[in-house]
Amino acid sequence: MNWTWFHKLASPPHAYRIAAGLLPWFAWPAGALILFGLYGGLVLAPADYQQGDAFRIVYVHAPSAWLSMMVYATMAVAAGIGLVWRIKLAHAVAAASAPVGASFTFLALATGAIWGKPMWGTWWVWDARLTSELILLFLYAGIMALRASIDDRDRADRAAAVLALVGVVNLPIIHYSVYWWNTLHQPATLTKIGKPSMAADMLWPLLAMLLGFTLFYGAILLVRLRAEILRRERDAAWLTTGLAR
Amino acid sequence: MFGAACLAYRRDLLLAFRHWGQVAQPLVFFVIVATLFPLALGPQLAELREIAGGTLWVAALLASLLGVELLFRADHADGTLEQMLLSGQPLAILVLAKGLAHWTVCGLPLVLLAPLVAAGLGAPPAANCTLMLSLALGTGILSALGAIGSALTLGLRRGSLLLGLLVLPLAMPSLIFGARAIDLAIHGDNARGPLLLLSAMLVLSVTLAPPAVAAALRISAE
Amino acid sequence: MNEILDMGRYGAYVWPCFALAAVVLAWNVVAARRLHSAARQHALRRAAAKAAS
Repeated sequence: MNWTWFHKLASPPHAYRIAAGLLPWFAWPAGALILFGLYGGLVLAPADYQQGDAFRIVYVHAPSAWLSMMVYATMAVAAGIGLVWRIKLAHAVAAASAPVGASFTFLALATGAIWGKPMWGTWWVWDARLTSELILLFLYAGIMALRASIDDRDRADRAAAVLALVGVVNLPIIHYSVYWWNTLHQPATLTKIGKPSMAADMLWPLLAMLLGFTLFYGAILLVRLRAEILRRERDAAWLTTGLAR
Repeated sequence: MFGAACLAYRRDLLLAFRHWGQVAQPLVFFVIVATLFPLALGPQLAELREIAGGTLWVAALLASLLGVELLFRADHADGTLEQMLLSGQPLAILVLAKGLAHWTVCGLPLVLLAPLVAAGLGAPPAANCTLMLSLALGTGILSALGAIGSALTLGLRRGSLLLGLLVLPLAMPSLIFGARAIDLAIHGDNARGPLLLLSAMLVLSVTLAPPAVAAALRISAE
Repeated sequence: MNEILDMGRYGAYVWPCFALAAVVLAWNVVAARRLHSAARQHALRRAAAKAAS
């Protein structure tokens, strides 16, 4: 099997150019899907029987929660690849992903809390999923803080990578213990925030938003990756020979 | 390998013994933090009893954070750490030995002191067994997690603040079960479930942390 | 139109959520592009300085 294409991918100048080429394929579909999803979710979908129109918050809450976890997983995988195979680009992917994931974790928390007010009557409830998201935000904060406090880029990358991997091992433990803790301390009568049993015309906008957000992350990652590459390759020869657009 | 581990263990114990003032600080911190709660919430023992499990665990968590810095700081400063890295001994084993020494010196006294503090929070003596077991398992887990954090933040300025940020979220699951165990015992119920889960977490941490710490040490010390 | 704004009296909750989402998405786009253009400026400047020296 010819692996040159793989090695080429790990080479920063190639990755830089390929990222530029891929960007429109992520950005435009993302925009379209999100717009379709918004229209479908806000206008077309019928109101939910139990939650009324408040359920429409799911169209931003669920995609951001999904993204918060998917980005963490991606970051951890990239960190692992960088650590084990010493591919600098993988570390760049991890570094680029962290702030994006954190922003969506924050969005999931905020929309979850706002959704909670009409559903549960208070601005914050220690719901299992919200609490899990909060801890996830702490994990993101830790990784970003650690990377920021180490001046040597190599050491920062690898330390953050170890932390990301430790975090990813902990994630299932955290999820299950928070879930257990929540069922323990709260009566089961509390209705869960979540996807109501969805009719088809409620579901497709949600799928569109999920896919749209995912592609959106891809697009943002590509842009941030290009920035990271430029920063890391500061003194490399290929830069001085002129930057391709 | 075993000889080197024993040596590391005894050395750390000896050093701690010589500087027992440093070692006592986390313990005093534990008592101080635990005292904050009655001051903040009122002296009614009946009310304090309801939050005793959580209070003990939070105080133990924070005290452990303080104590875990002792693990690598001195060795990093005087070059012993580099010697360990170069020694050719499996670093994870040395880390395990150091961690055990650290727990003997920081965790164990805390566990022994806990019943006294718990009595101050209104816990009945019958709960002491479970209480001590829960904290023994817990401080072990915290030593392991703290070691990871300590190794990652080695030599960084304001590393202690960062350490808390890194370690506390990872410690939250054990906090949930550990505090729950104590609460159950205080109310006279069987705490076996949470204690078993806590034991499982301890086994997991003690197995997985040393290699992670070793990797982090190599990264930090280069 | 009014019933869309109202969202069956949940409007005060639904619209802030979508507004927040728009802000987060926008921030991501703006921040990423800013980072990239700043990095490009730096890189070009360094390349020019090197070529000159």
